[in-house]
Order: sequence, then structure tokens, then C-alpha cells
Amino acid sequence: MIDLLASRYYYLVTFVLLGVGTYMMIGNRNLVKKVIGMNVFQTGIFLFFIAAAYLDGANPPVLTADAPHVSPLPHVLILTAIVVGVSLTAVALGLIVRIHSEYGTLDADVLWEVRHDD
Amino acid sequence: MTDLVPIAVAVPIIGSVVALLAGLVRSETGWPVALAASVAQVGLAVELARRAFVEGTIRYVVGGFEVPYGIELVIDGLSASVLVLVAVVALGVLSYARAAGPRSNAFYAAYLLLVAGLSGMTITGDLFNMYVFLEITGLAAYVLVASDDGGRSAVAALRYLLIGTVGASLFLLGIGYLYIGTGTLNMADLAGLLAEDVGHASTLARAAFAFVVVGLFIKVAVFPLHTWQPEAYAASPDSVSGLISALVSTVSAYALIRVVYTVFTADFLAANPFARDLLAAAAMVSIVAGSVLAVAQTEVKRMLAYSSVAQFGLVVAGASLANETAMVGAAVHLVGHAVVKGGLFLAAGAVATATGARTVAEYDGLADRLPVGATALGVLALTMVGIPPTVGFVGKWYIALGAVESGAWVLTAVIVASTLLTLAYFARLVERMFFREASVSSPTGEETDARPEGPTWSPTATRPPRPT
Repeated sequence: MIDLLASRYYYLVTFVLLGVGTYMMIGNRNLVKKVIGMNVFQTGIFLFFIAAAYLDGANPPVLTADAPHVSPLPHVLILTAIVVGVSLTAVALGLIVRIHSEYGTLDADVLWEVRHDD
Repeated sequence: MTDLVPIAVAVPIIGSVVALLAGLVRSETGWPVALAASVAQVGLAVELARRAFVEGTIRYVVGGFEVPYGIELVIDGLSASVLVLVAVVALGVLSYARAAGPRSNAFYAAYLLLVAGLSGMTITGDLFNMYVFLEITGLAAYVLVASDDGGRSAVAALRYLLIGTVGASLFLLGIGYLYIGTGTLNMADLAGLLAEDVGHASTLARAAFAFVVVGLFIKVAVFPLHTWQPEAYAASPDSVSGLISALVSTVSAYALIRVVYTVFTADFLAANPFARDLLAAAAMVSIVAGSVLAVAQTEVKRMLAYSSVAQFGLVVAGASLANETAMVGAAVHLVGHAVVKGGLFLAAGAVATATGARTVAEYDGLADRLPVGATALGVLALTMVGIPPTVGFVGKWYIALGAVESGAWVLTAVIVASTLLTLAYFARLVERMFFREASVSSPTGEETDARPEGPTWSPTATRPPRPT
């Protein structure tokens, strides 16, 4: 068990990040912190892909004579996923700015109460 | 001439950029650009569908990078049908939006981006590509939901964004498992490697299935994961709720069917009866809970939204059965539901514009005030229930027949009962519209209007001080 954890610690970190991100999205009342939680959640998945591509003692995937190389595909995929994540964060923050100017609060519980009073 | 395939994704994306840029020069250009792109999209989709049905499956390799490394676009019968559905419904909603608004150039740009994302999800043959288009669809949908005035739509859109991102991220995590196991992202390739190298009963395949399916369940809005959906549909402008109710969850459900059948195949479900039971259980819970919650709603758009939860339960039921009859039923119901539910939302929007009626109670005697609107709503409601000559009947019939073939008796009972459950919430609407007198004045007054009034509205101004 200890050996498995020692050799696969990055998967453990991935799932810790997923847990922390989920908890931040659920447990935090502040909308901005919820969005940060969403980012932490996505970062966990990025780490998962990057860790999967990692190979002990391998070179970067650039054309050189000495093998072995790290698989370049997961890095490319994650680059795309990071761009997607940035756009999502931008849209989320834009929405939060509008919510703030509309209701004057960023507290999810207060917003919920306001919605019920309508 | 397979070069037409990528153009079906490129046309709406280019249209979206042009609509936004041309809007900077002249503010009136958004509508003609959106119309031109939509008409072109319908033409392309119909032509591609004709080829797919006449000449068989179309395959196109993007950029000359050979499959399994490059991205492949595949159009078979199912994706061709969904592609045409997306293009036609989008054109219809566009003409509705011309009258009902919103009319800003930003709206037309987001609308075309949504069409591009949906088309891309439909025709891609590569799992990671599907994730990217899923997120493009999501981004466009979040922006469209928030395009109404007032704070309600922004709160709904933010909630949709947070939950939708978790769904897409879980989908990505599942793709990661599949990639680690097989080293490929091409769907057809994955199906073979998953069966031979990894094995359908392996933990890795099961974990990948769980993540992918739960991620897509969130996007489809299957029962316990549906919480973003009713508010997102109810708070968005009428034309947007018509568009996203008809297309976004439908294409996600199409993606679910595609992943379950093309990537994991029916053999996976046969090797893992638990996974199959889980799909069936989710479907049954969705049908019953969605219907019960729909009956409990007072706002018509929220009722229609919960009805979608129940109807997508039927589609998932068809997918869980894994036989040909049920699959035909699921495909028919998917397309039929999209057209009918989109129509219902647009009709409800037209009624709200003409009479101001937004709650079920306000629909009393609607047939006298607005005969055309009431008739349209009534016919569409009966279609949704599944009265025999309508498309709602055909879909349900085949799914139920498939359930009988598989000997899944509990599921059969729920599918048959789903007609009654659907009747439970549509019958009261029909009854109020045609068989009741209109009340002289709205008894509840201003409380029936659930939208906050104007941008100056603030919680501290209207809320009475709390006794301490």
C-alpha cells in the first residue's frame, strides 16, 4: 500500500485537488471563491493528464537522437483544456460582476434568500 | 467532395466572428449575417445527410493527420439526423428571435457559436474533440442564458456554468482514463482496443465509463444532477429557452448514446450488468421524479423544464436497453422531443408576450383570449404525452417495445406509466386553457410576475426590516 502510494502519489494529489475544488464550490458562500474552486477542480484534471504522460528519465518531446521521449499528446490536449478553463473563468467573472451590480452582494446564501423573496 | 464536412462546423464559427466584427462597424448587421449563416448551415446539413443516407458513412480526416493520431469527422445516419435537427431548429428559433428578441449583435454571435459547438459535437469522431465542442456549446449556452435583463438570468447562468463545468471536467477525466488505457482518442479505434487490450470487465474501463456517463448525465440533466436546468430554462429569454431546451441537452444525450454505443459498445453493457442497471435506474428515477416535480410547478416554463428531465429519462432508458428497437425509439424520441419541446417553449413565450401569462393559474380560459396560441400549445402538449399519430407516441412505443424484448419488466412498466405521468402535468394546462373561464382580474396581482423589475431593484429597498 505504502509502495503504491509512493509510486503513484501524483494520482493521490489529483484526487485531493478534485476534492478540495468540489468542497470549495459547495462549501463557500462567496461566488468568486466558488469560481476559484472550479479552477482548482480543473487543475486536478490537468495534473492527472500530465502525470499520465510522465516517463521516468525521458526527454522532452523535441526531435533529438536519444530516446525515450515523453508523450507530447497529453500536453497538447491540456493546453487546449487550459484555454477552455480560462474562457470559462472569464465568463464566470463577467457574470459575477453583473450579479454584483444587480443585487449588491456576492454571498450565495443572501442571493438565494433574495430570489425567494421575489 | 468530402470537404463539405468541416465547412459544416466552420460556417457558424466564421458567421459568429463576422456578426461580432461587422456589428462594430454597423449595428444592424447582426441579423442578416446570422440569417445567411443559418440558411447556409441548413443547406450543408441537408446535403451531408443526403450523402450519408445514400452513399453511406462519410469520414473526413482533418488536416491530413492520419487517424488514430489526427482528428476524424464522421457522419453516419444518426449524426446526420441530429445535424439536420440542429440546423433546422436553429433557423426556426432565429426567425422567432427576430420578433421576440434579444436582438443585439452579441446575441447573434453567441447563437452562431452555439450552433457551431452543437454541430461539432454531432459530427466529431474523436473523444477529446468532443470535449472541446462540449465546452464551446457550454460557453455559448451560459452567455445566452444570461442575455436577459435583470439579475435572475445571471444567477441562473452562473449556477449553470459551475455545475456544467464539473460535468464537462468529469467527462474529460473519463477520457483521460481511456487514453491511459489505450493510447488513442479516436472513437472507432478505442472501441476495438478497449475490447481487446483493456477488457470490458477491467477496473479502468469501468472507471472511465462511470466518469464519462456521470459527466454527460449532468449535461443532459438526468434527475439528481438536473439542478441547474429548470432555473436556466425559466430565467433565460423566451427564444433562448426554446433554443437550448431543444438542442443543448439533446446533443448531450446524443453524445451519451454515441459514447455508450460507439466507444464502449453493447458488449460492455453485457459484460457489466451493474453499469446497465445503473443506467436503467437513473432513467426510471428521472422519469418519475421529473414528472412529479413538473406537476408541482406554478411557472409554465419551469414546468416544461422539469418535463425535459422526465423525457430525457426515456432516452436514457432506451440507451440502457442496448437493443436495436430501443435504440430506434431513443433516436426518434430524441429528435421528436427536441422539436416539440422547443415549440412548447416558443409557444409559451408567445403567450407570455401576447397576454402576460407566465404561471399555470394565469392560463385560465386562454383559448378565448388567444385561440391560435392555445391550440398550438394544446397540440404540442398532446404530442409530448404521446397520443398515437404523433411523434411522441412512435418514440415511446419503440422504447417500450425494446424494453419488452429485453424482458426488463420494471422498466417497461415505468415507460408505459410515463405517458400517464406526462398527462398529469399537461392535462391540467389543457384543461385550464380550454375548459375554464378567464378570471376577471389576476387574483394574485404582482406576485405572479417572478421577474425582478428593472435594474434599479435592490434587495435592501424592497425587503421589510426584520423585527429584532
